[in-house]
Amino acid sequence: MRNTIVSKENLSEDVCSFIVEHPEIASHYEPGQFVIVRVHEKGERIPLTIVDADPEKGTIRLVVQGVGLTSKLMNQMKAGDRLIDLLGPLGRPFHFPADAKKGLFVGGGLGIAPLYPKVKHFEGERHVTLGAKDASHLILQKEMKAASFRLTLCTDDGSLGEKGLVTHAMQRLFDSGESFDFCVAIGPLVMMKAVVEANKALGLPTFVSLNPIMVDGTGMCGGCRFEYDGEVKFACVDGPVFDGFKVNFHDLLVRSRQYEKHECRALEHYREKKSKKESL
Amino acid sequence: MSSGRITPRMRPAKERICDFEEVSLGYTEEEAVAEASRCLLCGACVKGCPVGIDIPGFIKAIQEKDFKRGYQIIKKNNLLPAICGRVCPQETQCEAMCILGKKGDPINIGALERFLADHYADESIPRINENGHKAAVVGSGPGGLTAAFELRRAGFQVTVYEALHELGGVLKYGIPGFRLPDDVVDREIETLKKMGVEFLTSFLIGKTLTIDELLQKNDAVLIATGAGLPGYLGIPGENGIGVLLANELLTRVNLMKAYDFPRYDTPVISGKKIVVIGGGNVAMDTARVSRRMGADVVICYRREEKDMPARLEERHHAKEEGIDFQVLTNPVEILLNDEGRVRGMVVERMKITGVADDGRSRIASTKETFEMETDLVVEAIGQSPNKIIRENVEKLEFDKKGRIVVDENLKTTKDNVWAAGDIVSGAATVILAMGEAKEAARAIVEKFGG
Ligand SMILES: Cc1cc2nc3c(=O)[nH]c(=O)nc-3n(C[C@H](O)[C@H](O)[C@H](O)COP(=O)(O)OP(=O)(O)OC[C@H]3O[C@@H](n4cnc5c(N)ncnc54)[C@H](O)[C@@H]3O)c2cc1C
Ligand code: FES
Repeated sequence: MRNTIVSKENLSEDVCSFIVEHPEIASHYEPGQFVIVRVHEKGERIPLTIVDADPEKGTIRLVVQGVGLTSKLMNQMKAGDRLIDLLGPLGRPFHFPADAKKGLFVGGGLGIAPLYPKVKHFEGERHVTLGAKDASHLILQKEMKAASFRLTLCTDDGSLGEKGLVTHAMQRLFDSGESFDFCVAIGPLVMMKAVVEANKALGLPTFVSLNPIMVDGTGMCGGCRFEYDGEVKFACVDGPVFDGFKVNFHDLLVRSRQYEKHECRALEHYREKKSKKESL
Repeated sequence: MSSGRITPRMRPAKERICDFEEVSLGYTEEEAVAEASRCLLCGACVKGCPVGIDIPGFIKAIQEKDFKRGYQIIKKNNLLPAICGRVCPQETQCEAMCILGKKGDPINIGALERFLADHYADESIPRINENGHKAAVVGSGPGGLTAAFELRRAGFQVTVYEALHELGGVLKYGIPGFRLPDDVVDREIETLKKMGVEFLTSFLIGKTLTIDELLQKNDAVLIATGAGLPGYLGIPGENGIGVLLANELLTRVNLMKAYDFPRYDTPVISGKKIVVIGGGNVAMDTARVSRRMGADVVICYRREEKDMPARLEERHHAKEEGIDFQVLTNPVEILLNDEGRVRGMVVERMKITGVADDGRSRIASTKETFEMETDLVVEAIGQSPNKIIRENVEKLEFDKKGRIVVDENLKTTKDNVWAAGDIVSGAATVILAMGEAKEAARAIVEKFGG
């Protein structure tokens, strides 16, 4: 049945991978697209990147890191459970520049999962650089290794790969004389901003996938809007992948903080409710 | 015969701004009969009704206390009277034609319609003779629901595809519960379900399935996707924290129940002093929702109050609820603090320079500006059709404003595809969407046989 979780795998302490049934989404999916999910009757709508799809089996794959309330709730779901709502595939598909032969893929933390389908679908030489705060948060290593021509890993604490930021690792690649036709960078806003700035200096075309706060995901609320090349764009319908050089990261950084306090409040409320239940 | 217009009882403003319960309590039987008795039954009003309801017919039935007959008369032309009685702009339609209105107050036709629909609705299901044809309806707003009803009644097997997780379109996510309670809409949807209409939510046509795929499985497709794309002013500061487009605020509150956060998971950003920009129904609803979230609310509108497209009753209720109307003001910049949060808005004063062809004031800037204090700005300045279908279909013609081009039978340029509602006429009204949907359904039935 549509929306049923067929299987679930724990990728790390707080990251889970789900295979979910939805034949229509699976057969219409193109890389770069995402879904909107709701996990219970009173739940909010959150966007999740489609990591993979199997049109024959009619399933899609989602990778969820438990950060906010809904992602944490989703990670408690099991095979056989149903997502109450699953809408997609949303957003525009992403196409690589014509004739590109060599691509640099940069993923940080939460961005590693959405980066994976881009890596997989590129037919040229794939250079992948991934970063996370520590080894346990560097997910999808196995898949990435299988998919990449060269894989560079780095962590903030040095528990895996090089110690330091992805931009440092990239710099070493450039210094060693490597050059690329394009770069795809997905991760926290500050990371994408740093990558874009570094690449701008080199004139290396850079694509970023944005994940702002969304409600409907269909262009109806305008909550996901930001400034792009001097115009207003809606990330959900005009993106989520954009030319990084044209993105106003300042706008996005400001807007990403809109609901910080509410998110904490929601988690607190949830914990209170849970502990009340447990004490009964 | 009493002479003055009888207004249904309203909950006091002080009480109602603390909740989302309905404002108007509707007529009692006595009040309804008294109001109906003022009517001269001349029938002038019918010319003002976009769907041609036999208004004197149902009013006469109320005069005679034959309420069930009255309801049946309305139902002949209007599938959703409980909804239309509440949200139609009667003052520019039927009531504008009422001859009592020439000298005194017109008959309160909307309240009478609602009275019959609330108390004498007949929930029997029409008998359906299957005709062996299939139809897909895209969108579940008033247009889609009406089309689904008409097509099912004619024997089609009907599937309605809705992008959101709830059915009802603007009736659910836009118009707040204090004006149109959810259960009024749900009742109508229930009837359709009982008739055998199938509903699929979280299906975005153009993405989850395409129009061409729908055509492979259906004889006819009717598009009623509304005008859901919000406009914005394009002024500096617009992307700051505390600037929302009305649709976001309304969706968070009405659809996702943010007024009950954290019991519901969706929050909405709040403010102490909210400025709502615009003068239509969307602006009025946004202002009144904001008021209920505990804020002081100012409406900023660039023309005069008489030019506002919002229903008269809503304007009146908004004022009772303490909403401040600042007319002839036009926003030019939203001021942000160091963190990027709204701290104020610069507006220019407008002046009237004449009368435009549509009767509204013609305005121009006085160049004089001043600062409004505010910590939340909501823009409600108009809607246009969403681009999703347009970008994922061939041979379907759209006009410059993104509306689907149709002929007099609401047939589009694509074979076996019809369209109705706001997607055809731009942001309009519930009753027009319903009227068009009925026409389109009639054309479909004509083509395939009922
Ligand atoms: C806040 C607000 C207040 C209003 N107040 C009034 C009022 O008092 N009186 C009045 O007469 N009118 C009012 N209107 C206008 C009125 O609601 C609309 O004219 C009417 O709802 C149009 O009906 P519709 O069926 O064409 O579209 P909608 O009601 O907009 O319904 C369209 C539906 O289609 C869905 N949809 C869109 N794209 C797709 C897709 N690709 N696939 C599947 N589904 C899709 C949408 O999610 C939506 O549910 C108001 C509008 C708003 C926003
Ligand atoms: S999420 Fe609502 S418009 Fe993009």
